[in-house]
Amino acid sequence: MTIGPNSRRTPAHIARPKPAERGARTSAMIASLDAEGRDTISAPFGHALVDLAKTREDIVGLTADLGKYTDLHIFAEAYPDRFYQMGMAEALLMSAAAGMAREGFTPFATTYAVFASRRAYDFIVMAIAEENLPVKIVCALPGLTTGYGPSHQATEDLAIMRGMPNMTVLDPCDAVETDQATRAIADYPGPVYMRLLRGKVPNVLGEYGYKFELGKAKEIRPGSDVLFISSGFMTMRCLDAATALEKDGVSCAVLHSPTIKPLDEATICAEAAKGGRLVVTAENHSVTGGLGEAVAGALARNQVHVPFRQVALPDEFLDAGALPSLHDQYGLSVPSITTRVKGWLND
Amino acid sequence: MEHPAGSNVSLARRAWSIRRHALRMGEVQGQGYIGQALGSADVLAVSYFHAMRYRPGDPDWEGRDRFLLSIGHYAIALYAAMIEAGILPEDEIETYGMDDSRLPMSGMAAYTPGMEITGGSLGHGLGIAVGMALGLKRKKNDAFVYNMLSDGELGEGSTWEAVMGAAAWKLDNLIAIVDFNNQQADGPTMDALATGPGTEAAKWQAFGWHAEEVDGNDIDAVVAAFDRARHLKEPKPRAIICNTKMCKGVPFLEEREITHFVRVEPEEWAKALAHLDTEMPE
Repeated sequence: MTIGPNSRRTPAHIARPKPAERGARTSAMIASLDAEGRDTISAPFGHALVDLAKTREDIVGLTADLGKYTDLHIFAEAYPDRFYQMGMAEALLMSAAAGMAREGFTPFATTYAVFASRRAYDFIVMAIAEENLPVKIVCALPGLTTGYGPSHQATEDLAIMRGMPNMTVLDPCDAVETDQATRAIADYPGPVYMRLLRGKVPNVLGEYGYKFELGKAKEIRPGSDVLFISSGFMTMRCLDAATALEKDGVSCAVLHSPTIKPLDEATICAEAAKGGRLVVTAENHSVTGGLGEAVAGALARNQVHVPFRQVALPDEFLDAGALPSLHDQYGLSVPSITTRVKGWLND
Repeated sequence: MEHPAGSNVSLARRAWSIRRHALRMGEVQGQGYIGQALGSADVLAVSYFHAMRYRPGDPDWEGRDRFLLSIGHYAIALYAAMIEAGILPEDEIETYGMDDSRLPMSGMAAYTPGMEITGGSLGHGLGIAVGMALGLKRKKNDAFVYNMLSDGELGEGSTWEAVMGAAAWKLDNLIAIVDFNNQQADGPTMDALATGPGTEAAKWQAFGWHAEEVDGNDIDAVVAAFDRARHLKEPKPRAIICNTKMCKGVPFLEEREITHFVRVEPEEWAKALAHLDTEMPE
């Protein structure tokens, strides 16, 4: 059998070291994010939706056989008659959600980010977005949050969703924001794609007194040498990197931009234009078409000429393995960020 | 019943008028999916003048039966039916397919009163119909959702996702109408798909639907099939496979080599209309 040039297979005649000898790690497929030393909140999306549904009879939940893995099972248990199991059928999930929205409901449709963005794209475009229907597409396993390999790693979902007219695209950071964003999108009259952190989700932004606003980027901490512009759990990583860099005398601001589209260009350009800071975007997404390129485009269009660097996943199909190892390998871990930022400052 | 039925106009005459409106739209543009419009006119006449409940002056009326056209290119046929039904004014025929018209070549919800969904990306309609049928049940609204789809659309996997979903949810308020003219863009549907007369209904039945096959150009047969679908007590979705003849009603077009996009020469529109006028039903 011929092995293709992209093969990761080790030929059989080469002995592989045993996992323990390599210091290999493992992690569950749907591992909750590394939450060492942080409080966590369980299933913030599911609980927020249940709370909302008490007063919002228009809210219904649909899933394509991933209720348990998108925290929608909490809603299903609380409101069994408002929960629609559509089976492993993402085209039906999205078109049926569109149909329910046409009948006046506010459907929350959940699946994995890979399946919504890749498999169901045409249905989201034509049945939902073109009609500007208030369907909320909430998707687990965004970017690199599983070690299962490319079948489950939605490394290009933001790029795909950004390309769609009418679609609002969100990448929340933590449990606090997931709760707030769920409530905000329920009130928003159009279609939304929201990346989901599920299970035990770290509580990070609570201590900063953060309040989510749709379409707004917010400064989480000030700093004079580096301006991180980040979304999703990378804001968490940037805050940790900022703390680490502070010990080395590097002062880092963190501007959190959970709304990828429409991007808060005014705030981002105003912050970058203050000058004297290296702008570093940080995202749990491919370098192509996500937050980094959205920010770069905004800066270029607005004639904001500043040093610019991007922390993002490479434009590659990523390896399988344990999530912490993969975050190190692909540059999303805190040490990887701090090392590169120091290097860039010395360039 | 809230529609223009009850008048003394026969369904045959309604179908004739739908054909006539469609030919006039084709004449305006010098083109159009006239083969499909002529072929489906009888089914549309039965839908709009026998089966469906609606208020012509209030196309968003909550109590209306919903008619979802998956096949966007059949818009010329649906506009013709809605003009005949009084939902759209007849004088808009002359705007068909033009800039700023409410009657674009491919049907879209945002453009046209009475157009429930944006069709054109085939394989979407039945899934949306499932969602609307679920929504109507939640609201305890007893309206039906009709979805007209084409035989070619049976090749889309999403159609079968919706077929299975509708059966699982026992959507007895959903009626699928398959316009089976055995013609998709590149040639006969039966050359590309495992389908055909005598086999398609059994497939839907195997998926848990009430399904039957009729001659879609035999108005009495279509009426009977619609009546059985509407009055069935079993908690299942319903499908009517309508075998139709492209270009039906205009013999010189019927005899032409049939393709997805039937070519009509500029002078032939008037000829087709003139032929139709010699055969006006009672």
